[in-house]
Amino acid sequence: MYEFDWSSIPGALPFLWAGMKTTLEITALAVAVGIVWGTLLAIMRMSGIRLLSWFAAGYVNLFRSIPLVMVLLWFFLIVPALMESVFSIPRTSDTRLASAMVAFALFEAAYYAEIIRAGIQSVHKGQMGAALALGMSYGQAMRLVVLPQAFRNMVPLLLTQGIILFQDTSLVYVSSLADFFGAAYKVGDRDGRLVELLLFAGAVYFLICFSASLLVKRFQKKVIA
Amino acid sequence: MISIRKVSKHYGSFQVLTDCSTDVQKGEVIVVCGPSGSGKSTLIKCVNGLEPFQQGEILVNGISVGDPKTNLSKLRAHVGMVFQNFELFPHMSVTDNLAIAQIKVLGRGREEAVDRGLKLLDRVGLLAQADKFPGQLSGGQQQRVAIARALAMDPICMLFDEPTSALDPEMVNEVLDVMVGLALGGMTMMVVTHEMGFARRVAHRVIFMDQGRIVEDAPKEAFFGTPRSERAQQFLSKILHH
Ligand SMILES: Nc1ncnc2c1ncn2[C@@H]1O[C@H](COP(=O)(O)OP(=O)(O)O)[C@@H](O)[C@H]1O
Ligand SMILES: [Mg+2]
Repeated sequence: MYEFDWSSIPGALPFLWAGMKTTLEITALAVAVGIVWGTLLAIMRMSGIRLLSWFAAGYVNLFRSIPLVMVLLWFFLIVPALMESVFSIPRTSDTRLASAMVAFALFEAAYYAEIIRAGIQSVHKGQMGAALALGMSYGQAMRLVVLPQAFRNMVPLLLTQGIILFQDTSLVYVSSLADFFGAAYKVGDRDGRLVELLLFAGAVYFLICFSASLLVKRFQKKVIA
Repeated sequence: MISIRKVSKHYGSFQVLTDCSTDVQKGEVIVVCGPSGSGKSTLIKCVNGLEPFQQGEILVNGISVGDPKTNLSKLRAHVGMVFQNFELFPHMSVTDNLAIAQIKVLGRGREEAVDRGLKLLDRVGLLAQADKFPGQLSGGQQQRVAIARALAMDPICMLFDEPTSALDPEMVNEVLDVMVGLALGGMTMMVVTHEMGFARRVAHRVIFMDQGRIVEDAPKEAFFGTPRSERAQQFLSKILHH
């Protein structure tokens, strides 16, 4: 029978916390950039301008049809090399972090674009007409009237997507970047206590994601009420 | 003020408007009626360019709506429009609904915009609701706010698209009263409605549409006296007898 030994965890907590901070950083940046870029993609896709809507549709379909882990690998190979050759920035863990952030942001934008497009379409069409009838430009009508309502309807979905992303960030282990999962793996590997560390990491992921989704559910009830 | 000349519009092969022409003088109140699907909404939305049209010309205060060089936003800012479903902005308070376009479109300061908005809110009898959200108001109240919102832009004319047909019967009159007040105050109005009581009281002319055509365009007295077309007669007897 396997003997559990949790003793290597307390001493490793600062290192694990540093990993968690990396995880949170990647998540936050990918969510923020993903929503902004996703909104632009959604607007492009719905615009009457063919070139833009083709570009946006192509982008969304491309990223949604490729496994995330491959996108990450490409970016780990391409972005640091680019940074090195174009800006002569040496390859460090910072460039790895930067390429992870870029990859997640671009990937998530494709998913956010679809959520946001559905959100915009859920706003009653007459709202745009009323805004235009008051003399607003298309941009003003979008920004002041349509998008605020769209986002209010979408908050639960956007947060849920953020929770999924939080878990997906663990894929950066392919670049041996020490996010929370990577940090736990390293500690477990060093001390020969992989089982304990991965159980611990799993429990932390579960606690955070489960309580976050409870919060989303409560929020959802409030929006509907 | 509004001049509609031989306007035609089609969606693909479906002809929505055929050769529609009429003029609305300054201070005139025109009621547009006709069976559902006859193109009333489409025609009125062509006037402020919310719907494009393929043939003909519409001039509002001398400015051509169909001309691609026309700044439509600038034109619309001074053409008030009231919709069947009110279309207040649900995420903003009544006060913000009244102020937002004044601030963002006319460039008024917030204080001036709120001032003007509240004055008009008072005029439609809803000053006490200034801090509420549209969802907290009855349909009749929402429509009165929507009228105040349009008036806050100092419009040169007002377009109404069935402003009372989404309302419970007991709320119709509170909205019609506001509109009658506007008409008696000399506002130029083009009103799509089946409220023939309103037409009798304040309209100067009545237009009857059928299948995308203006079938009848007559002074009120003539229209209610003896409509020339059979379609208009049938339509009138139907809506007057229920
Ligand atoms: N976007 C559209 N595409 C195709 N047909 C439309 C569209 N909008 C309106 N129509 C058609 O145009 C006709 C006139 O519509 P409308 O102007 O709304 O009539 P009314 O307001 O008199 O009821 C209707 O037959 C309607 O089905
Ligand atoms: Mg209609």
